[in-house]
Amino acid sequence: MNLLNLFSRFPTALAQGLIYGIMALGVYITFRILKISDLTVDGSFATGGAAAVMAIIAGASPIVALLLAFITGLLCGAVTALLNSRLKIPTVLASILVQLALYSVNLKIQKGSALIAVSVDRYNLLISSRNLTKSNLTGLLLTAVIIAILYWFFGTETGCAIRATGNNQAMARANGINPAVSRFIGLSMANGLVGFAGGLLAQFQGFTDVSMGRGAIVIGLAAIIIGEVLHSILIPRNFSFMLRLIFVIVGGIIYYMVMVIILWMHIDSNDLKLFTALIVAAFFAAGNLKNKGGFSNAED
Amino acid sequence: MLKIEHISKTFNPRTVNEKKALSDLSLSLEDGEFVTVIGSNGAGKSTLLNAIAGTWPLDEGKIIIDGTDITSLPDYKRAKFIGRVFQDPLMGTAADMWIEENMALALRRGQKRTLAQGITSAQREQFRVLLKDLDLQLEERLSTKAGLLSGGQRQALTLLMASMNHPQLLLLDEHTAALDPRTAKKVLTITDKLVRENNLTTLMITHNMQDAIDYGDRLIMMNDGMIILDIKGEEKKNTTREELISRFNDLSEEKLNSDNLLLTS
Repeated sequence: MNLLNLFSRFPTALAQGLIYGIMALGVYITFRILKISDLTVDGSFATGGAAAVMAIIAGASPIVALLLAFITGLLCGAVTALLNSRLKIPTVLASILVQLALYSVNLKIQKGSALIAVSVDRYNLLISSRNLTKSNLTGLLLTAVIIAILYWFFGTETGCAIRATGNNQAMARANGINPAVSRFIGLSMANGLVGFAGGLLAQFQGFTDVSMGRGAIVIGLAAIIIGEVLHSILIPRNFSFMLRLIFVIVGGIIYYMVMVIILWMHIDSNDLKLFTALIVAAFFAAGNLKNKGGFSNAED
Repeated sequence: MLKIEHISKTFNPRTVNEKKALSDLSLSLEDGEFVTVIGSNGAGKSTLLNAIAGTWPLDEGKIIIDGTDITSLPDYKRAKFIGRVFQDPLMGTAADMWIEENMALALRRGQKRTLAQGITSAQREQFRVLLKDLDLQLEERLSTKAGLLSGGQRQALTLLMASMNHPQLLLLDEHTAALDPRTAKKVLTITDKLVRENNLTTLMITHNMQDAIDYGDRLIMMNDGMIILDIKGEEKKNTTREELISRFNDLSEEKLNSDNLLLTS
């Protein structure tokens, strides 16, 4: 076990952590702000990747491709919200239905192939695993911009209404807030970010895969929970919204660092999903033991 | 101001748990009238308030506020006209949000929510003045989470939020029932002050007969989903708990007898 070999893998982990961190910010909106469990994510992540890759192959710039990834992700979230509000399907079930349907939709977008390559040699990509410095700088910049936008948005009248809906629905209704509208905006935004992250990952790894979203929700939750535990240890006196968002990204990066260490220890990569589940369970438990009372929606 | 016309509501219809909670009830409130509502458990007091607030649709009847028929509007749309304080102090405020954020949310009640910043410094100043009036030292704690306040403080804050943009109607559903007697008294004093200062048309449910006599300008007593007594002015001012209890017994007896009459005839 060569330490140098371990360190050489950290820049890749950082890039992946940033990309999945952006996805986790989307999960944060539904899981922590609206306090609903949205499993659309596993589908909309791959939708974003598919949309971005097909756009780039068709000649779009990588930025336009990312915007498309954002918009397609947003539409996925909107469908989940409408199934919930119009057809009265509970959000968890609505999101599972959309996730399932998206597998077919994603294959359609990818014209029937499960995997489509988009090589950095042939196309102009925003980030690529072949240029880690550029990828990491771009990733940091995008993350900063997204956090700034989220921070601003959740301080606006509309953003506050969404927070109130997640916090206390009776209070929200009594103050003229339609919870269905809050969930529509929140789910759309969340999956927009997830799709955006999918578009980034596809460029970074040089291909998109219809099943690349499998387990994305778990990684998102892992990033949130690892971030929260670290936050409460490192800066226990300041729980400002800005810091909470930053620690979601930190959580994503730490998650991939841990993954790199696990791989470096020559653990069978087939066991990786098992370790992911264990890490999430361990951090969840750590958070619960620390707070005694537990996370507000631990019972879901 | 508020006009309730022949409303009825039955819960769990056509089941063994069928309960006729409101039966052909009509009520009219004058502008600025402060009405207290009493009645035994299951009399339909909370059901009446929920019917007005729009918690669920009515079976029959109409509710009109200021000339607008609100019968078919969902609760969050009626919030434009109605301020509410619940029995549970936890229900009226968002616990994880600051005092000023809660107040800013209430200030936008009935208006469009835009992408403008949630709180401006002018609003902050306005909140400080309003909170100072409560005399609970909350004016220096604008960025304290509502969840950290005591039950009494949260009810007072909810009252302020419910009344601050002059709703056409204020609904108070036993809002002091969960508080200790001293705090309850203080919250009632604040209630009276806010209602009078803003000249708010108010319906207040209470389980305390003395409070129902001491506060407000009109008193209604409910039984079995109907209003069985409606007094105001001198008559209300001069009544006593004993008199109310004996009148309640007479009136519910009378109803019982007339029911029997119906059954036997």
